[in-house]
Amino acid sequence: MIQRYLFAVLLLLPPVLCATEWSSELGIEGRYFFEDPLDPRQHDNNLSLTFESEYYHDWQQGEQRFVFTPYVRLDQHDSERSHFDLRELYWRRTFGDSDLYIGLRKVFWGVTESLHLVDIINQSDLVENLDGEDKLGQPMVSLSHQNEWGQWELFVMPWFRERTFAGVEGRLRTPLIVESDYSQYRSGDEEEHIDSALRWSHVIDDWDLGLSWFHGTDRTPQLQPATINNGNVVLQPYYAQLDQLGLDLQYTYDSWLWKLESVARRHDSGVSPTLKRSSAAVGGIEYTWYGILPAATDVGLVLEYQYDSRDGSDAPSANNDIAIGTRITFNDVQDTTLLALVATDLDHRARFISIEGSRRLGETMSVTLEARLFSNTQPQTLLYPLRDDDYLEIVLTHYF
Amino acid sequence: MKRTHSQWLLSLVVFMPLIPAAAFASDDGTTQRGLEIAIEADRRDSGFGDSSSSLEMTLRNRHGEETQRQLRNKTLEMKDDGDKAIIIFDTPRDVKGTAFLSFTHKVKSDDQWLYLPALKRVKRIASRNKSGPFMGSEFAYEDISSQEVEKYSYRFIKEEQFDGRDHFVIERDPVDPKSGYKRQLVWLDQQEYRIWKIAYYDRKDTLLKTLVYSDYHQYLNRYWRANIMEMINHQTGKSTRLVWRDYRFKNGFDEREFTRSALKKAR
Repeated sequence: MIQRYLFAVLLLLPPVLCATEWSSELGIEGRYFFEDPLDPRQHDNNLSLTFESEYYHDWQQGEQRFVFTPYVRLDQHDSERSHFDLRELYWRRTFGDSDLYIGLRKVFWGVTESLHLVDIINQSDLVENLDGEDKLGQPMVSLSHQNEWGQWELFVMPWFRERTFAGVEGRLRTPLIVESDYSQYRSGDEEEHIDSALRWSHVIDDWDLGLSWFHGTDRTPQLQPATINNGNVVLQPYYAQLDQLGLDLQYTYDSWLWKLESVARRHDSGVSPTLKRSSAAVGGIEYTWYGILPAATDVGLVLEYQYDSRDGSDAPSANNDIAIGTRITFNDVQDTTLLALVATDLDHRARFISIEGSRRLGETMSVTLEARLFSNTQPQTLLYPLRDDDYLEIVLTHYF
Repeated sequence: MKRTHSQWLLSLVVFMPLIPAAAFASDDGTTQRGLEIAIEADRRDSGFGDSSSSLEMTLRNRHGEETQRQLRNKTLEMKDDGDKAIIIFDTPRDVKGTAFLSFTHKVKSDDQWLYLPALKRVKRIASRNKSGPFMGSEFAYEDISSQEVEKYSYRFIKEEQFDGRDHFVIERDPVDPKSGYKRQLVWLDQQEYRIWKIAYYDRKDTLLKTLVYSDYHQYLNRYWRANIMEMINHQTGKSTRLVWRDYRFKNGFDEREFTRSALKKAR
C-alpha cells in the first residue's frame, strides 16, 4: 500500500536528475558445523548465496531522495533461510531542518556492542545470523527535525514484520520448529497494529545521549508449544504489546568509551497479571591502546555487563551476563580487523564465544571469517538447544 | 601586515598559555618569530568559510604496488574553534558509503563519529588515535586534520631558498603528548606563506616521513590549495600520494550539515 503511494508520488515528480547510483554485492557463505546435528533432518555443512543491491536517486540538490535496496538469500538446505526482503524502499523529502520519510527503512539506535536493548524499530532477520544485527525493512512514515536542542524523530509504523526463524533442515534452532504461520498477537489488529515511537538524541560535549519511547507490537515474540492441525507440536510465536522507554548514553574521553543502554518496559500479554513491568540494562567500557603492536595495530578491550529483571520462563538469555572481548584493528591496506567476544552467564556459567575477522581482498572483494561456540550449556539455559551447533563460517563478498 | 587592536587582543588571549613557555624557552626571539610566521600563515588562510573537494589516494608499498582510494570531503570553517569536516568514502567498494564526521578543536581533543552504512549505525569514536594511519595510508589522522596554531609550539630555524622561492623554515612541536611526533620542520614560502614541505620526526627524534606539496592553485583570489601531496615514509619505504580535485568554495554550508543526522544522509 505504502509502496504504491510511493511510486505514484515518484511518477508525478519532474525528473530533475542530480545523482543516481546502483551498487551491489554478491556473497557466498559456507558454514561448517563441528558436531552432528541433534535432529537427523539437519545437515553438517551449508552453502548460501546472497545478493544485495542498492539503488539511490537524489534530485533537487539532494532535497529529495529515493532508495531501493532489495536483498535475497538462497540457502542450500533451509527453505526458511532462503528468503527475499526489501531492506529499504523509501522516499525522503527535506524541508529545511526537517526530513520526511515514507517507505521501508532501517534505523539503528544504541551504543553498546554485546547487546542492543534500545534498538527496536526493525525486526531481526534472525535466519541471517544469530546476533540479530541483520534487520528486516520496516514500513513507516517518519519525521525528523534537527534544532539546537538535538534531533527529534517521530515514527508511525502501520505494518509489523514477523521475526524469521530457521526451518526444519536449518541449524541454530530450537528442537521444536517455530511456525510463523501460526503467529498470535495480543492486539486484535495483529500485523496491522499501528506502532509508534519517539526519539530525542543529542551531543553535549563528550556525551552522546538518546531517549526513546516505543508503543506497539514487541519485536521479540514469546515462543509457546502448540499442537497444530497435522498433530505436530511446534512453537507458536506470540507477539505481546509493549511500551518501552529507552535511554542510551556514551561518554567519550581520551581512549575510553563509557556506554550504557537501559530500558523500562511494560508488556501486555493478555494473561494475568495483564501488565508486566520489567527493566534491563547493558553497560560497560571500551578502551583502546593505539599503535601498540608493530605496524600501528590498535587493540581495544570491551567489557560489558548485561542485566534483565525478568526471571523464570520470561528470562531472556542475557539477564545476568558478562561480556569480555577484544577488537584488533591492524590499520593495514586491507583493513584487517578481528573481534573476539566471550559472554558468560553468571547464573549457570554457560558461555557463548564469538570470533569475527575480516579483510579486503584486492579492490572489490572481501573475506569474513566467523566462529561461534556454545560451551558449558546447561539444560536450563537458553543456549542448551544450540549445544551441538558450534560452527565456522566463511563469507566471500564481491562488490560491484 | 596590518592588524586591528581587537585582533591583537584576541591573539594575546588565545596564546596566553604559550607565553610563559615562550619567555623561558628562548632569549633570542626565535620562538616569537616562529609563532608569528605560523599566525600569519593561519591568518592568510582564514575566512574561506567552507570548501568541498574530492580526493584520490594512491598507496604504494615498498615494491611499488599501488592501491587506490577515493573520497570526498566537506569542510566548514568555525569562527572560534577548529573546522568541522565530513569525509565520505567511495572506494574501496566494501567501505563505500562509510562517512566520517569530525569537530576539530584548537586545544582539547577532536570529536569524531563514524557512520557504518550496513548497520545504519553512527558510532562516536575516541579521537586519541591521532597518530594512527588514516585508511592504511602513510598519513596519520593528525596530518590530515585541521591544523590549528594552538596545536604546536614554534621556533624559527632559518631561511632557505629552493625552486626559485625564498622560504622560512620553522620547527613546530606538537603540544599533545599523544602525538606521534617529537617535532616537525616546515618550509613555507615567504611570499604567500604556503607550505611546500614538512619533515616529521618520530618520538625518538628520527626522521620518519617527508611530505611534499605541489601544484598550488589560488581560489577566491586569496586561498592557496596544493593539488598534490606526496608523503614518503623513510622507515618503511612506503608512500602515499594525494590528488585533490574539484575544489569549491562558498558552498553555503552551515552547521546543520555537520551533525550526526547529516552524517547518516551523506552521499
